[in-house]
Order: sequence, then structure tokens, then C-alpha cells
Amino acid sequence: MLTIDNLELSITDPDTGRVSEILRGNSLTLAAGEALGLVGESGSGKSMTLQCVLGIEPPGSSVGGRIELEGRDLRALRGEELRRTRAEDLALIAQNPHSVLNPVLPVGKYLMEGMSEARSMPKARARLRSSELLRSVGIEESERVLRSYPHQLSGGMLQRVVIAGAISAQPKLLLADEPTTALDVTTQAEVAAILDEKRREAEMSMIFVSHDLDLAAAVCDRLAVMRYGELVEIGTPEEIRDAPQHEYTRELMNARPKLHPEEA
Amino acid sequence: MPQSLVKPSSRISVVAGRAHRRLGTLGMVCVTIIAVIVLTTLLAPLIAPYGPYEGSVADRHLAPGVNHLLGTDQSGRDVLSRVIWGARSSLLGPLIVIVVTAVLATAIALTAAWYGGRVDSFLGRVLDVLFAFPNILLAILAIAIFGPSLLTASLALAIGYVPYSARVIRSVALRERNLPYIAAARMQGIYGFVITVRHILPNVWPQILTGMTINFGYAMIELAALSFLGLGVQPPNADWGLMVSSGQSSLLQGYPEQSVAAGLAIVVTVAAFGYIGERLGGRRAAGRVR
Amino acid sequence: MAQGQTDEFSTPEIRPEHAVEFWGLSRTFVMGRGRTVQALDDINYAIGHGQCLAVVGESGSGKTTLARIVVGLERPDAGTVVLNGHEVRFGASRKNRRTRSRLVQMVFQDPQGSFNRRLPAGAAVDEVLRAHFPEMGRRARRSQMLRLFADVGLEEQHADALPAALSGGQKQRVAIARALAAEPTIMVLDEAVSALDVSVQAQVLQLLKRLRHERGLTYVFITHDLSVVREVADAVLVMRYGRVVEAGPVSQVLDSPEHPYTRLLIDSAPRPGWKPQRNLRSRLLGAET
Repeated sequence: MLTIDNLELSITDPDTGRVSEILRGNSLTLAAGEALGLVGESGSGKSMTLQCVLGIEPPGSSVGGRIELEGRDLRALRGEELRRTRAEDLALIAQNPHSVLNPVLPVGKYLMEGMSEARSMPKARARLRSSELLRSVGIEESERVLRSYPHQLSGGMLQRVVIAGAISAQPKLLLADEPTTALDVTTQAEVAAILDEKRREAEMSMIFVSHDLDLAAAVCDRLAVMRYGELVEIGTPEEIRDAPQHEYTRELMNARPKLHPEEA
Repeated sequence: MPQSLVKPSSRISVVAGRAHRRLGTLGMVCVTIIAVIVLTTLLAPLIAPYGPYEGSVADRHLAPGVNHLLGTDQSGRDVLSRVIWGARSSLLGPLIVIVVTAVLATAIALTAAWYGGRVDSFLGRVLDVLFAFPNILLAILAIAIFGPSLLTASLALAIGYVPYSARVIRSVALRERNLPYIAAARMQGIYGFVITVRHILPNVWPQILTGMTINFGYAMIELAALSFLGLGVQPPNADWGLMVSSGQSSLLQGYPEQSVAAGLAIVVTVAAFGYIGERLGGRRAAGRVR
Repeated sequence: MAQGQTDEFSTPEIRPEHAVEFWGLSRTFVMGRGRTVQALDDINYAIGHGQCLAVVGESGSGKTTLARIVVGLERPDAGTVVLNGHEVRFGASRKNRRTRSRLVQMVFQDPQGSFNRRLPAGAAVDEVLRAHFPEMGRRARRSQMLRLFADVGLEEQHADALPAALSGGQKQRVAIARALAAEPTIMVLDEAVSALDVSVQAQVLQLLKRLRHERGLTYVFITHDLSVVREVADAVLVMRYGRVVEAGPVSQVLDSPEHPYTRLLIDSAPRPGWKPQRNLRSRLLGAET
């Protein structure tokens, strides 16, 4: 469904003119309904890969290679076509939900706007549907939450709202960039479970960017381990866990302290 | 050290390159303009073809020519020379304003940011009250009490500018004050004053400088306005604002040289300072978002 | 008092073998419009010299407030802290701060904000040396600073570099060197490895373990990460909404947790083969909010 072929990215610093290579020719494919985890430490290029798919890489970037979504070259899209592809086929769940939500509008507006714009739904139906959506992501007091402003809600609550919005648009590809990193552990587990469940129900594909190998393994069908802009290893979570091929993957797994000694 | 091996000439080009990246080509033009104006001011006795008060009524309203490049005014004084001499008080006034503003605003802002709580809200109230007075009104009030002079006008304006500058500096200082390294220093039992001077002040200095640059332009316009109204520099002194005002009647008689020359000097100087200030401030604001 | 405190860790009393004791520590913050938050509610605990006490909890648990009270950056409304057998004074006076900071130092979470970005990294260490050892000359301070840098695995070039030129791990090493400069016996580590990449985190944890053993330091280790607790701590306080819900030796608390909240924390932490569960919280904690 998604093909990334020999993706390269370098950024030129406008002040010094220095060019740094961020991505060094990575290729990967994603099947329909598949979830792929991009795992690595900071500077590995995992988030940048996601930004290239969305076409929102930072200024001063030059991108090489192809990114195809169902045969369409995403990087060649312009204007209206690009806007529609972004709105209908892709959905982003960022690390910080505040970056997605408008601080001066109640979150209900955010959900209903998405709905009425995409498929001209009457207001009352959109409201009812939003309320249902929130309940489906585990928000019981959905009416109160719909009326609340982003700053009145916790990070976990907001991230659920964003997930609900992303799911409701029924995109083909979900792009999750460290969606639970800013959350507390117990909230992270809940939000990750909801994201996983909703994605499977809707049979969407997902790219899940995370620094946490164990978390990515729990919600993804395959994992791609990245380092310094290179994809070093790709495989199912079990393959990676039981028989890591690359030295770096082993290092990454061993570096993490063990919660239970028997895990070692 | 590698720096000491670098030849001075290339060191200048390094600095110039950095300034160019920072300010852009137009910014560098502005810097050059300001440098020329400042130099002209300092070298006025050498450059100006005539003295500021030199001339006879017989020569009044001479058209621009070889002897008088910009003509003469209603008293027969050389306009070009008066513009050059007038730069002194025209630049000195804003200079007093920005220095006094920066000192007062920084002191208030750093005190508010350091102590926070009640001190902060008290100082905030004081600034709010000051905010409520229009600058010019404040200046006119001070002049009514202390009599018209450049110093009175400048000090009164400076006080009017303090609330604006203090707010900006306070918010930056507050952010710095809440960083963990300040807590680390505080933990060691180092005096708050020492921490403020050693750590907070250098980190808010760019904001102070930007504010000073922008304020310079505003102060110049408002001081010119006060001189124009007869509340600042007094005749027969040469001052751009005063020249615009005393050229008024000549303007109506069809001799615009004096007012136009002085007005142009004001506009160019203000624009140069304004552009550099915006460039410094805008650049920094953009950097913060990144 | 929380349940599950059975052994020598449980009841605090001023005893010479205790390095840190908390007695009934409480702190309420006024949030404006009459809203208050009880950040700490009657915290009692004690740990021996050379021990590492981990304080775990989620955001809003009060763990950072506890850390800031121990180092004197915050005052409790009630209760006392006893360090090395001396009851600590909470006056904000410079002298109190200076006395206390010879006993206890802190490493902060944010590597960026831990330094003045305009001064070289070494200046941060120098500042502490200057505050505590006024008799030291510039040369002596420089060589002591370099010794500390070497001890945390850094070199002279790092001391002269601006913080921006250092990696996150290197910055945290400088922060540790700064804390060691005052020669404290107790260190408070407030999420000191949380902002680091896993491979760097492992190295800094090794460094902290080595320093503790070499220097006989006592650690109060604030963290949200239970696997870090397992790696470094002897005892653990599990906090929630300002209260201690469970406390005791690490193996006891992590292997056979008594409080359902501790259970929830453990089961929520990703590990190999782990799957997130949607209703874990309500299953373990029932209908409470």
C-alpha cells in the first residue's frame, strides 16, 4: 500500500551552509492494514521519515527517492490534490496533542469540523457521532469533554480525542509520532491499547514512531530499527526479540534496564 | 588558540559575515547609514561648511547652489550645516531616553522576575498605572513643571517607555529564572543579586538591546515632535525637530529646503534604527518557535 | 502511614544510622481562585547511609515536590527533614542554603536547562567550588574541576565547551560533576536519566552506581520508571496524589506488590512480550477516579 523507495533527506543550515544527512537511502513497504514500528534513538531519522511521508519536512531540506501511496507519488502531489490526500488518506497523531488542537475552540468543534467538512454531515448528527466516538475511545463523560477546551483536559484525554478524530476520518494510513511519550505510564498503556484496538477494527495501516522498542513491539506487526538515518534491521517483533540480526538492535535491547530479572 | 592566528582583517570579515546573516543586506545598509550619521555628528566641526549660527539675514532663502548645497534658511544660515550640527542634539536626546529606559526597565524587570509573588504583582501594578499615561502627555506635564529642555523632555519620555520595555524583559527574565540551573545556583546559597547579574542579565541582554534599538527611533520622533511644539530644544539651537518647525513659515512661502532636509534626516535615521530593531527582535522570536 | 512497611525502613526516628528521614512532610499549593492541591500528605520514611531510595509515581504524585523539599528549594507546610542526624532548617536564608548544600545536592531532569547556555560547562562546576571553598584559588578550582570531569567520564575539552556543543548524556555528566563539587553525602536525582536515550541512560546509570559505591553516597532517586528503580535502588516509595501508597525494599515491592496501584504501575510498563490493556486501571483500582 505504501512504498518508500530509497528515501534520502539532507538539511542545509541556512546560517552556516553546512549540509547534514538525515536519511541515507531507506526503502520499506507497508501492506494494507499493517502496522510498522519505526524504532530508534534521537537522531536516528525515525520522525523525519514520517515527516517526509506527510510532506512536512523542515525548511532547507532536500528529499530524494520516492514515496508511493497506492501507486500515487506522494512527493509529486501539488495543490488541491495534495490537500485532499493529506485530509482524506493520511492522519497524524503527534507527540503533543496541543500542536493539533486549536486552543481557542472546544474539542467538540475539532471533531465535528472534521466530519462535516469531509462528508457534509448535518450538525446534530455530527455532534451525536462525536459523542459516540469519544465513548469508543474510553471517554465516559463525552458530553462534558466535547464542550471542554484543550487546556482543561489532561494529555491522555486529549490524545484520545485526537485518536478519535483520526479514526473518524477513516484515513488509509495513520502516522503516529511518539503518541504516548508525553504521557504517564498507566495512561500510555491505556492510550496505546485504544490506538491498537481502533486501528485493527478499522483495518488501517499505521506507521508508529517510538523510542521504546517494547512498546512498538506491542502494537506493531513489524519493526524497523533505525540508527543515524539508516534502517539497520526490519522484522516481526518476535524475530527481533528472539534473533536480532544487527549488533545495534542487540545493544538497544540490552541497554534497557529490566523490570523483572527473569527477562534477561 | 586558533583565533589569535587569524589576521585582523579576516576577523573583521568574519564578524561582518555574521552580522550580514543576522541583519540581511538591507540591515547592513541601515548599519552603514547609522555609522555615517554618527561619524558626521562627531566630525561636525570638520565637515560642516559653516557654523550652526553663522549667516546674515541678507542671505536668507538662498536656493541650493555651490556655496550652500541645501540653500539657506529664513535667517540666512546654511541648511546643510545646521542639519549636520543638529544631529548632535537630535541623537543625544534619544540616546538619553534609551539608556535611562534600559536601566530602569531592566532593574524593575529583574527585581520582579527574581522575587516573583507579591513583589512581582506590585511592580506590575505600578507599570500598569504608568502605562495608562500617553508618553507625550507625560512629557508635556514634566516640561510644564521643570521647564522646556532637551534633558527634561528626554527623561520624561524615558519614564513613559519603561513599562513597555520592563514587560518584555520581565517575561524573558522570568523564563530564565525558572530554569534548573538557577535553582542549582540558588541551592548553593549564592546571593540572588549575584545570580541575577551573573546568569540572568547576560541571557536577557539581547532583548534589552533590541528594545533599545527600536526605542531609539520612537524617541527620536517623539522628541522631534516636542521640539516642534517648542517644548524640547530651544531656538536658536540646531535640532532636526526644531528645524522642521521653524521651517514651517518658509515652507508656505515656497522655500521647503529647511523642513524637508531636517525631516528627511529624521525619517532616514528612524527607519534605519527601526529596521535593525525589527530584524533583531523578529529573528529572535522566530528562533524561539523552532 | 502506608501499609506494607514492615522492616527497618518503616518507622522514622532520629537515628545516627539514617542518612535521610522524612517526618510527616506535608505541602499544599494554592493554585489561585481558591483551588488547592495537596502535593504531599504526611510523608514518613527513613533510609540508611549509602542507600538508594527510589521515589516513583506519575505526574502529580508529589515526587518532585519531595525532592525540592529535601534540597531546600521548597518548604513543607508541616513536618521536617533530617539529614545525617541534623534536623534541617527551612529558612530561605543564604546561610541555611549553604549549610544544607554541603550535605545534599541535586541533579535535574532537563539537561538543557541545567546550564547557563552562555558559559562553558566547566563554569557550572567552578561556581559551586567558589561558593563552598572560598579558600581555593583559581588554579586549584580549575584542577579540582578537571578532576571531577574526569571522574564522571569527561575530558578537559568538555569543560571549555558551551553546553550546546555537548550531548544530553554529557550534559547530565556535567550536572553530576557539579553536584559532586560540593562534596555532599546525599544526592537527589530528579528524573536525572529520563530525558536520555536508552543507550546513554544505561551509561549514566552505571556512572551513578559507581559513584555511589566509591563515595558512599546516599541517593534519593526520583523517577517514573520502574525498571530504573530495579536497576539502582535498595528501597522504593510508591507515591500517588501526594501520599505513599506502598513502601519497602525494591524486590519486595516490585515482585509482590500489595497495593493495586503498584500492580497497575508494574503492569503498565512496556517490556518484551507485553501487551497494553485498555481496562487495566478500572480492573485493578475499581471505580475510583
